[in-house]
Amino acid sequence: MSTARKEEEARRSVFTRRALLLGAGQLGALGFLGWRLNKLQVEEGERYATLAEENRISARLVAPPRGRVLDREGKVIAGSQLNWRALIVAEDARDVPAVLDTFHRIVPLTETERARIEREVRRRRRFIPVTVREFLTWEEMARIEMNAPDLPGISVDVGTTREYPEKEHLAHVVGYVAPPAEADIGEDPLLELPGIRVGRAGIERFHDKALRGRAGSIRLEVNAVGRVIRELDRREGQPGQDVQISVDSELQRAVRARCEEGTSAVVLDARTGEVLAMATQPSFDPNIFNSGVSSAQWRSWTRNRQTPLINKTTNGLYAPGSTFKMVVALAALEAKVCTPGERVFCPGHYDLGDTRFHCHSRYGHGSLDMRGAIKYSCDVYFYEMAKRIGIDRIAAMGRRFGMGVDLEIELPGTRRGLMPTRDWRTSQGKPWNLGDTVVHGIGQGFYQLTPLSLATMTARLATGRAVQPHLTRSVGGRPVKGVRPEDWPSLGIPERDLRLVREAMWAVVNEEGGTARGARLPGGLGQLAGKTGTTQVRRVSREQRERGFRVESMPREWRPHALFVCFAPYENPQFAVMVIVEHGTSGSGAAAPIGRDIMIDTINRFRQPVSAPPARVADAAPPPGGNQRP
Amino acid sequence: MMLREPATYERRLLMRQHSFGILEKLWQIPWLFVLMLCGVAAVGYVALYSAGGGTPDAYASKHALRFGFGLVIMLSLSLVDIRVIARFAWLGYGLGVALLVLVLVHGNIGKGAQRWIDIGPVQLQPSELMKIMLVLGLAAWFHRASWERVGNPLFLIPPALAILVPVALILKQPNLGTALITGMIGATMFWAAGVRWWKFAIGAAGVGFGAPIAYERLHDYQRARITTFLDPESDPLGAGYNIIQSKIALGSGGMWGKGFLQGTQGHLNFLPEKQTDFIFTMIAEEFGLVGALGTLGLLALVIIFAMLTALRCRHQFGRLLALGLGMNFFLYVFVNVAMVTGSIPVGGVPLPLISHGGSAMLTVMMGFGLLGSAYVHRDAEFAAARE
Repeated sequence: MSTARKEEEARRSVFTRRALLLGAGQLGALGFLGWRLNKLQVEEGERYATLAEENRISARLVAPPRGRVLDREGKVIAGSQLNWRALIVAEDARDVPAVLDTFHRIVPLTETERARIEREVRRRRRFIPVTVREFLTWEEMARIEMNAPDLPGISVDVGTTREYPEKEHLAHVVGYVAPPAEADIGEDPLLELPGIRVGRAGIERFHDKALRGRAGSIRLEVNAVGRVIRELDRREGQPGQDVQISVDSELQRAVRARCEEGTSAVVLDARTGEVLAMATQPSFDPNIFNSGVSSAQWRSWTRNRQTPLINKTTNGLYAPGSTFKMVVALAALEAKVCTPGERVFCPGHYDLGDTRFHCHSRYGHGSLDMRGAIKYSCDVYFYEMAKRIGIDRIAAMGRRFGMGVDLEIELPGTRRGLMPTRDWRTSQGKPWNLGDTVVHGIGQGFYQLTPLSLATMTARLATGRAVQPHLTRSVGGRPVKGVRPEDWPSLGIPERDLRLVREAMWAVVNEEGGTARGARLPGGLGQLAGKTGTTQVRRVSREQRERGFRVESMPREWRPHALFVCFAPYENPQFAVMVIVEHGTSGSGAAAPIGRDIMIDTINRFRQPVSAPPARVADAAPPPGGNQRP
Repeated sequence: MMLREPATYERRLLMRQHSFGILEKLWQIPWLFVLMLCGVAAVGYVALYSAGGGTPDAYASKHALRFGFGLVIMLSLSLVDIRVIARFAWLGYGLGVALLVLVLVHGNIGKGAQRWIDIGPVQLQPSELMKIMLVLGLAAWFHRASWERVGNPLFLIPPALAILVPVALILKQPNLGTALITGMIGATMFWAAGVRWWKFAIGAAGVGFGAPIAYERLHDYQRARITTFLDPESDPLGAGYNIIQSKIALGSGGMWGKGFLQGTQGHLNFLPEKQTDFIFTMIAEEFGLVGALGTLGLLALVIIFAMLTALRCRHQFGRLLALGLGMNFFLYVFVNVAMVTGSIPVGGVPLPLISHGGSAMLTVMMGFGLLGSAYVHRDAEFAAARE
């Protein structure tokens, strides 16, 4: 027993020692786990918390509705149209090809469409909707809804797409939208959204930020396979703001109706600088950009020599021709190189050294003062004046009238144009000759001016103020500067000089012998004052001149451009109109009648108070010219 | 004093032997320990309630039912005389091995391994049961071993075989994790019985030699587990996904947790197998470090109780049995928690009494029944060990 007891004691003491050691080891191991947990949960807790949130939360941007563009009457000229789409959810459809077969019998799908749908279904998770067909018509929708039981997984929902109800009539002003380019993305996260559009041209581009609005966001809780469990929170975005522009779409249509191919016209409110109409023929339908431009369509646009995509009122560059003579006259008066009454004899040509410059009147105008020189558009008078003034002072006066400068109109890509000077020529490495100055006196030569800048010149002549052409009346209901005549500073040209030039322009239209005698306004509409211009696109050689050539015999693209600028009513100028007919041959023949018609349309349009001023800018914006005075 | 002491000892022993009525035994049952187990099971209920998506229907109510059933088994076993258990220990061991063979022949396949057999409504994983039976068998073997015999290498051959046979059978399933755990339990029994250190060194050398050969024979998924353990981020969508998501869930729980039913990783299914192997992660995510350490502490108390019982026992069988069962439970806890914290390879080891699943619950409660019996009969007198 004793041996057994001793034996037992020995075993027990060994066991106790080892058991305690083991227990200590176990507790140590559990302690290690505790340390490990502390490290994970406390020391690195924040990092893992972030990872868990990233797992769980999927933030999605919500596109705000794009603001509308309204005309001065509040009519929508760029809005959103509902776009009914058919979507398929693979999970609900189960047998996607079979469902698509059924769909095809109801609304035919092309092979490429079908391939795209099946590709997207394969690529995306089974509960993500895939677009089957966009821009469904009412009939197609009705057919889909009627067959809904046979179309499991197909649903119809509505998105928006940009719509331009005025189609080609306002395309160059409103511009268009298109999916953002790679380079745009990054600037605004909103642009990464599928289906988002950015303004690519015109007002859509200039006011893109305001129209676009700010993206809202939804934070969604998703599970491990990406299915949305619930919406966590939603930050409302800012819907795009409406932009109201000064163009009157009805007048715009009327103006465009007067314009043939190759004709551009601008109608300004002479007092405020607001663009009332701005037309270029030919134009394009901006709605085409919504659903994507086919390459055939693109080719037809780019191969058209009339460049339908280009707004020629802001991007076409022309010499002003005789329409520039008022500026030369004012420069002469300012430079005091002559008096208004000083007469210059026109024998039909002007000799400088051994170079002969011709007047358009082959046998000469005889002796003319300034008023007469403008009225008859005598070239010799202005050759002489230009020689006296010098090109730089002419150019300076031209710039004061808004030519060759940035007019800051809200149409991106607008050309500044070129008002030639001695320095400009030198910078080209060429000398400036006196002959150049003489030619520039009649608006020919190196000038590159936009119709818009000529319209601006006319408005400034009419008002004596440095009005700038602009399109925006209000953004998001807030009026913009420049809608009141007093907002514009005076040009600083003596009223006496301006009156002289204006009277000469009146004579052009209203006096016997004026170059635009045919452009008189019918009774009751006030009187028109204007100036014609005909600019050569090809030099007429002496030989041709002596043979007594006829312009009509030249190919069309060699014929001169026809220009006409005018304002009305003469006594109280309100509107300025500029028309250019490319290769129209004669300012008085081709451009002046159009200018007169446009002016009649404009006066008629605004004679009566046709509409209340824009609702949200009621106090700030006076109604367009004329409607306050009956 | 020296003379009186054996007398009181004998007397008390005699008294106990004769007065072991059912009431006396019920009184002797370690109710504090039972309370601890109930506490652990309650933690499991709460965690499974959450894992079931905020309802007891999915897992929690079944868990409670199983625990109740397990508790009945445990209490019943606690009342069985330890000497009876010792006598039938080898029978139990034999049964365990027989079931292991059976599962290889007729078992159901889970995750590429034959692991369980259906016994009526209960699925039984014989490998779980085997660990208990191995402890039982080895305790019985070493109980009768004198000091000299333990020192005799020949005496150690039968118990070594008793370890190797089930380990080999479990490896064949194949279930590497459980095989390793079974081997470790066997080694622990050897060590507690007093086998010399250097003999372990020989054994360890043998394992070290055999490991590369074993690795060659491992299944691809088992090798993947080891490689992804070494670098979980190497395969973030494949085998490493579980570990990464578990660590994210744990870490994002922070100090105080996200709150009951608020664990995003678990409820949004980022966490794999959240009701079974990764239940601890669920707890740690929703209740933070505090909840995780609390749970770990409660489990540690269970282990400590087993150790105290082992130290308190007056017979080698009870001592070895309690220590082995404690080690078994410890290994469950350690391997599971180490696994979910990304400390060791993922091995499909559940957290006993907390994870959803019948087999582990049943076998662990069975083990605690044996432990209870050892506690109740801690002073029982065995017939003298035969020399």
